[in-house]
Amino acid sequence: MGTVRRHAFIERSADVVWELVGDPARLHEWFPITSTRVEGKKRWINLPSGLSFEEDIVTLDHDLRRFQYSIVNNPIVKSHLGTVDVIPDGPDRCIVIYSTDLDPEVMALMIAGAAGAGLARLQEIFGSGEPGKGEGR
Amino acid sequence: MGRKILFITTDQQRYDALGCNGGRVARTPVLDALAASGINYRRALPQSVVCMPSRSTMITGQHVATHGVWMNGVPLPEEAPSVAATLRDAGYATALIGKAHFEPFLDPFLRFTENQLGTTGDFSKIVDGHVHRGFDHMESASHGGMGNFHYARWLMQNHPEAIGMYYRVLDMSLQVNAAGGGDTGGPQVHDNAIPREWYHTDWVAERTMAWLDSLPADADWFCWMSFPDPHHPWDPPASEKHRVNWRDLDLPEGYPADRARREALLDDKPRHWRMWYEGEFVSNFEAPASWVPKTLPDDQVREINALTHIENELIDEAIGRVLGRISERGWDDLDVVYTTDHGELQGDFGLLFKGPYHTDSLMRLPLIWRPAPSSGVKAADVSTPVGLVSLASTFCHIAGLPEPEYVESSRLPTSDTEARGLGHERVLTEWDSVLFGKIVRLRTITRDNWVATACLPGTVHDGTEGELYDLSTDPLQHKNLWSDPSHRATRDDLLADMWDSLPPASKPSVDWQATRRQCDAPV
Repeated sequence: MGTVRRHAFIERSADVVWELVGDPARLHEWFPITSTRVEGKKRWINLPSGLSFEEDIVTLDHDLRRFQYSIVNNPIVKSHLGTVDVIPDGPDRCIVIYSTDLDPEVMALMIAGAAGAGLARLQEIFGSGEPGKGEGR
Repeated sequence: MGRKILFITTDQQRYDALGCNGGRVARTPVLDALAASGINYRRALPQSVVCMPSRSTMITGQHVATHGVWMNGVPLPEEAPSVAATLRDAGYATALIGKAHFEPFLDPFLRFTENQLGTTGDFSKIVDGHVHRGFDHMESASHGGMGNFHYARWLMQNHPEAIGMYYRVLDMSLQVNAAGGGDTGGPQVHDNAIPREWYHTDWVAERTMAWLDSLPADADWFCWMSFPDPHHPWDPPASEKHRVNWRDLDLPEGYPADRARREALLDDKPRHWRMWYEGEFVSNFEAPASWVPKTLPDDQVREINALTHIENELIDEAIGRVLGRISERGWDDLDVVYTTDHGELQGDFGLLFKGPYHTDSLMRLPLIWRPAPSSGVKAADVSTPVGLVSLASTFCHIAGLPEPEYVESSRLPTSDTEARGLGHERVLTEWDSVLFGKIVRLRTITRDNWVATACLPGTVHDGTEGELYDLSTDPLQHKNLWSDPSHRATRDDLLADMWDSLPPASKPSVDWQATRRQCDAPV
C-alpha cells in the first residue's frame, strides 16, 4: 500500500472552495481529467490518455468538508481510498489536503502527481496561495 | 556557419563497454575510431546515477540540486534552461531522437509534453511561448514497444505484431518486472523475436538519418541521438544472439566468484549495500522490488553481460551507419560527442541494475569528444575527472557561443593541461531517494584519484557512514577506507572540498524535505 499526501493553502474561505471541491461532478474543472459523470454514489472519470476510472463515492460530508472515493472494477487497482479535505485556516483562507492510499503503490505516486496539478489549478482558480507541498510514506 | 554537432547518448552503459576503454567482448570499432581521433575521457562521471536527473544535467549544465530533478519521476520544469534552446536561438536546427526522459514516463493523465508528443505524433510544441526544450524535432523511444513514444506509435501503425515480442518492462503492479527469461532465467532477460530492423536501436538511427536528410546542406545543426540500450530489459533481437555466447564469457572482474568474498565486500560498505543484497531494503524503483540480489547465480551474470555486449555492438553499428550518411552529405567537419547517462552494476559485487551505489560500476562513464577536424584539436586522453555537467557549455563552445550564465561548469577540456586552466579538479555526484518514507541520500566527490561518499542521515544511515576509495590502488573499489584512521585527513579534506563545491541548494543548511520538488511518478 502506498500512502501519499499533497496539500495547498488557498486564499479563500473553506465554504467557497468546498463549493467546487465538494461537488464530485465538477472534478474536471480543477483536476487534470477530461470529463466527469456522476450517477448516485457512482462516478466515472476520463483521463487524457483515454483511460477511464470507475469510482465509488464513499463519503461526501458537507459539514466536515470531506470527500472520499475509491477506484473500483479496475484490473490493476487492488485497493484504493482517496480523501480530499478542505479545512478552514481563518475566515478567508483554507487548506486543501488530497490524500491517497493505494495498492499498487506505484499508482499512488501518479495520482499524487495529478493531485498536485489539481491543487495548483485550484490556487489559480481562487487566486494565489502558498505553494503546495506533498508528503508520502 | 557553425560546427555541426552530433551528440550521441546511450542509457545505462559502463565505461568498460567499449573496446577503446578496455572492453574485450563487444566489438565497437566505430566508437574506438572516434576515440582514437578525438579525446577520450578516462574519468567521466555523472551528477546522478539515475536517468532523469542525469539527463536533466546534460541539457541544463546544472547539478542535480540546482535543476531540482532529484530522482526519476520528478519532472524537469518546462522553464528550465536548455542548451538546445540556446543553440536554436543561435540559428541551429535542433533535434532529439530516441530517449529523452526529462519528464516521467508513467503519465496516465498525459500531463507532460514529451508524452503528449509521443501520443499525437507531433514533433514539437510551443509551451508558454517557447519551443519545448528548444528542440525543433523530438521523436521519442524507450525500452520497448509500449508507452507514449513515437517509436511505440510507429510500431503500432506498422508492425503491431512486434509489440508483444518485447519484454514487458513493468509487471501488473506497475513495478519493474522481476520475471526471468533467456537460458538462465535472469531478471529482465528475454528472447525477443523482433526483426533487427524494427528494434529501437536501428529505429533511432533511421529516424536520425531521416531528420538529417530533411536539412539543407548549409544548415547548422545539433542532433541528440539517444539510444535506449543497453539499459535493461536485456532483450536484443534474437537474430543477433549468435554474436556472443554467454557460456564462453568469463565472469566480470567486479564479480568475485566466491560468494563469501562478495558478501565480505558488501559488508565493508555502508549498510544499504548489504541490506539490498539480502532483499531487506528496497529504497527506489531502479530495480525490480521483488528481486533479491543474493539469488543471482553466476550464469545469469554471464548471460546478462553477453546480451549487454550484443546491444552495445548494435549501437556501434547504428552509429556507423549514421556517420556514413553524414559523410555522404559532405558534413565530415563535424563534432561528435558520445556518452551515457550512468552505468550499470552488471554483476559487480553480486548486484545488477542501479541504485545508491557510487562506485565505478555506475559512475565511470564512456565519454568521447571527436572535435571537428577543422578545429585543429589534437587527439588526447584526459585523465582529469570531468562531469556530464560540462556538456552544455561544451556544445556552446563548439558553436562559438559564450558560456551560458545558467551552466555550473566550464566546457570539457581537450587535454589535462587545459583541464587545470578551465578549473576542472573535482566532480560531484548526488543521490536522493524517497520511497514511501524510506530515505537514502548520498553526496560524493571524485578528485585526485580518490572518491569519497558521505551518507546523509536517512532511514538506514545516521550520518556517520560513508565510503572512501583510492582509485589508484583499488580500481574495483574493494577496500573502503572511510574508517581507516590513516586516511582520516584525506577523507576530511575531500569532504570539506565537497561541501564547499556543491551548489547552494545542496548545502546541509537547506531543509530539503521542505524545499524539494515533488515526485509525480516512479519513472
